[in-house]
Amino acid sequence: MDIYKKSITELSELLQKKELSSLEMTKYFLERINAYDSKLNSFISVNEDFALEQAKFADNLLSRKNENSLLAGIPIAHKDLFSTKGILTTCGSKMLESYHPPFDATVVNRLTKVGMVCIGKTNMDEFAMGSSNESSYFGPVKNPWNLTKVPGGSSGGSASAVAARLAPIATGSDTGGSIRQPASFCGLTGLKPTYGSVSRYGMIAYASSLDQGGPIAKSAEDCALLFNEMKGYDSNDPTSNYKIKEEKIKLSLKKENVKNITIGIPKEYFSDNLDSKISDILNVSIETFKKLGFNFREVSLPNHNYTIPAYYIIASAEASSNLSRYDGIKFGYRCDKPKNLEDLYLKTRKEGFGKEVKKRIMIGAYALSSGYYDEYYMRALKIRRIIKDNFMKAFENIDFLFAPTCPTTAFDIGEKTSDAVAMYLSDIYTTPVNLAGLPAVSIPIGFSDKMPVGMQIIGNYFSEEDILNIAHLYQIETDWHEKIPEEFNCE
Amino acid sequence: MSKWESVIGLEIHAQLSTKSKIFSASSTLYGKDPNKQASYVDLGMPGTLPVLNKSVIKKAIQFGLAINAKIANKSIFARKNYFYPDLPKNYQISQLDSPIVEGGYIEIKDSNNQNKKINITRAHLEEDAGKSIHSNENNCTYIDLNRAGTPLLEIVSEPEIANSKEAVSYMKKIHNLVTYLDICDGNMQEGSFRCDANVSVRKIGDKNLGTRTELKNINSFKFVEKAINYEIQRQIDLLEDGKNIIQETRLYDENKDSTKSMRSKEEANDYRYFPDPDLLPIEIEEKYIMEIKNSLPELPEIKFEYYKSNYNFSEDQINIILSDIYITNFIDQAISLSKIEPKRVVNYFMSLIYSKLNKEKLKLHKSELKVEIFCLLLELIENKKITKNNFKNIIDSIWNKKNGVNEIIKSYTTDSEEDNDSVDGLIHKVISQNTKQVEEYKSGKTKIVGFFVGRVLKDAKGADPTSIKNKIIKILESV
Repeated sequence: MDIYKKSITELSELLQKKELSSLEMTKYFLERINAYDSKLNSFISVNEDFALEQAKFADNLLSRKNENSLLAGIPIAHKDLFSTKGILTTCGSKMLESYHPPFDATVVNRLTKVGMVCIGKTNMDEFAMGSSNESSYFGPVKNPWNLTKVPGGSSGGSASAVAARLAPIATGSDTGGSIRQPASFCGLTGLKPTYGSVSRYGMIAYASSLDQGGPIAKSAEDCALLFNEMKGYDSNDPTSNYKIKEEKIKLSLKKENVKNITIGIPKEYFSDNLDSKISDILNVSIETFKKLGFNFREVSLPNHNYTIPAYYIIASAEASSNLSRYDGIKFGYRCDKPKNLEDLYLKTRKEGFGKEVKKRIMIGAYALSSGYYDEYYMRALKIRRIIKDNFMKAFENIDFLFAPTCPTTAFDIGEKTSDAVAMYLSDIYTTPVNLAGLPAVSIPIGFSDKMPVGMQIIGNYFSEEDILNIAHLYQIETDWHEKIPEEFNCE
Repeated sequence: MSKWESVIGLEIHAQLSTKSKIFSASSTLYGKDPNKQASYVDLGMPGTLPVLNKSVIKKAIQFGLAINAKIANKSIFARKNYFYPDLPKNYQISQLDSPIVEGGYIEIKDSNNQNKKINITRAHLEEDAGKSIHSNENNCTYIDLNRAGTPLLEIVSEPEIANSKEAVSYMKKIHNLVTYLDICDGNMQEGSFRCDANVSVRKIGDKNLGTRTELKNINSFKFVEKAINYEIQRQIDLLEDGKNIIQETRLYDENKDSTKSMRSKEEANDYRYFPDPDLLPIEIEEKYIMEIKNSLPELPEIKFEYYKSNYNFSEDQINIILSDIYITNFIDQAISLSKIEPKRVVNYFMSLIYSKLNKEKLKLHKSELKVEIFCLLLELIENKKITKNNFKNIIDSIWNKKNGVNEIIKSYTTDSEEDNDSVDGLIHKVISQNTKQVEEYKSGKTKIVGFFVGRVLKDAKGADPTSIKNKIIKILESV
């Protein structure tokens, strides 16, 4: 039946028509994980008993109620920073190697309520800090398109799992590109929503003012279906935005309605950093959009070069404080035989955190320390404001922006681990969106040297419905999103 | 004559009396079993987020308005980063650059009994830490997070306090104000009201401030005075010996009556304050501030003068009345309800009620004693229907909720001394003799009031039935 190839809508149809039970579907994907994940390492934990329990609950729901969510009974993989009650949640760190949260994240809770089945927790960069999934305490994740390459990060496990069709869909989180970059590296569609539209409650924090949960899926349509259930105001999250629309997103954009839509192409994003092959593929995809009737205009997003330093100062500053709670006292890892309190702190944190996390804590603590605060943190905040203003100015003349997701395709495992700056620069096109708090979706638009290439559609605040519609229209015309890595394209 | 003078600034921590914590739904009740009032948010569990308890904003604004301060239209929560086991997140949510209350002042009496203005720099909101309990017995430290996240208002004075007496006077004034506004219970033993004192000395005439030391966590008026006096003398001794004062944090040891060094400035933390990204700025509309301003009770200073010039209460009496907004309201109501002259009402209150409150450490608002009953009892005393001793017994019984108020009164009233001339006396007599009908009235049969009117009129011919009826209803409603 090639279940692994099916979209969420198709899988849902099988369930609603009782051609397949959620239990059967769940077992099917658990078997795929068993068969393939040893090659990929995309899961940190798979709790089969728990998944089967949830599947039975979903089947019950499906048999009792007529009006079920399209997501009822569909298996999902959660990035291992979403708290799952009683289920191991590691955040990719030794620090939380055996941490079982006593509560569910709001996102998990919402999805469980509609009957989704959590088939496992996906691998990720430690505390979501990384662009290659190499900083995970549980080992690097492989890219299903080429096992010697990285899947991107920090939601690398989610992307790898969906790309290899081990899970029909997954959650991710995006602080500086952590949904869009791995989606792009793995040939998937990933949505980073407007800051404040998906609750952060129970999502283990990296950088509070930037973190945002979102879907990683095979298509814009699947993204929309999952986002519909993830979004919503949450009184447990003070940064949750009450302006979030309650209505479900509909994918109804027609070709005849696009002639009034103008897309901006930021010239700074198509400069020398960008791989020329990727640039060519982007141009081909822009041609497709032109044929569909979209209008294009070049725009400027100046001060682009300051984005990466500003991002790394703000994110690291917040992280240095957010991660203070891991001290060996209340939960998580505790070192053996500390001599005294200070020794407990030092040893626990030295042994419990990996290199990348320690590096960012140090950068952040430095940027906030007295005498450096104005020079680093305050300046970074000023740049953040300028970047946001630049986007707002651009949106005065255009409706949406197209941009590359990454300057390159997936790189080799180990290639950039010794060069932090090169690694950080792979986020150059994604971080501005986080600094401004805007929504953006990355879609697959082709291949360069057999590796997927992604493109971002960036919209104004709360324009998720529009950018997903544009992505969906493109995916009706093209089939890049249906490509499956050969090694995993079998039952 | 000493050639030295001292300069003191106080940082007072007042726990705001809210049901739940400042950023979580846990209860703030004192004295529960350790860690029974610590939620996932209080524990700083991964992924938890603070949600502001809005009632703290109102309380902070009330305080700000009462000291003539500026209320910030936009104020910001910041994180103060430092590691300590009873600080679960290892940062404290506080306010740095934009506190909710800025400026303002209060007046105290200086040593010459002259009014002196003490300016207040700021008052800001923050969360309290938990408690570490060190046990020598098994060389362990226990952590109780019940207090973690309790809302605090930190009130910072300018260094304008000249000596320990003024410091105590300032602290008492603030204590009085926060309890009067009912924003803090003022319980110093439970740590609801405590202070840090910044103390320095300089040669008289010097313009510059000397090096200061900070005395931490003093929780009684007596210790504030002693600690400051000790510290001033210690600093003077050092300076007279030609030594320098080290800027440091010191702890007052009440058993030894001395201060000892906790940590010096060099060891001090760099708190790496920055705006808390989990919390949006607090934005306060002018309209809301005005609303609170209009509902603010008349401030103690104004009431003080009023009581003194209108009723001739003694200063001690006024201080007691103004020490607790519930007592203030009780007295004001009693004065307006009772026919007895105010001075006598207050005298009765002090000797019969306040002495009990004081002796047994009770709170007036936690008792069953209603103002109407108090007034009724006063009339009974004045009319010699009960003795003062009986009055005390009645109050004790009401406090212990032994019986219905009526039965209690009845059991102490002696019929033989009945004063038949007084209609009021008759009303009370009829009410206290017919408890069954009182119960019926209470259960909703309000028509039974006619029964009481009839009984009273039988013995008070020619009296006005309407006024009798109203009086009866008033009493029946209050019992």
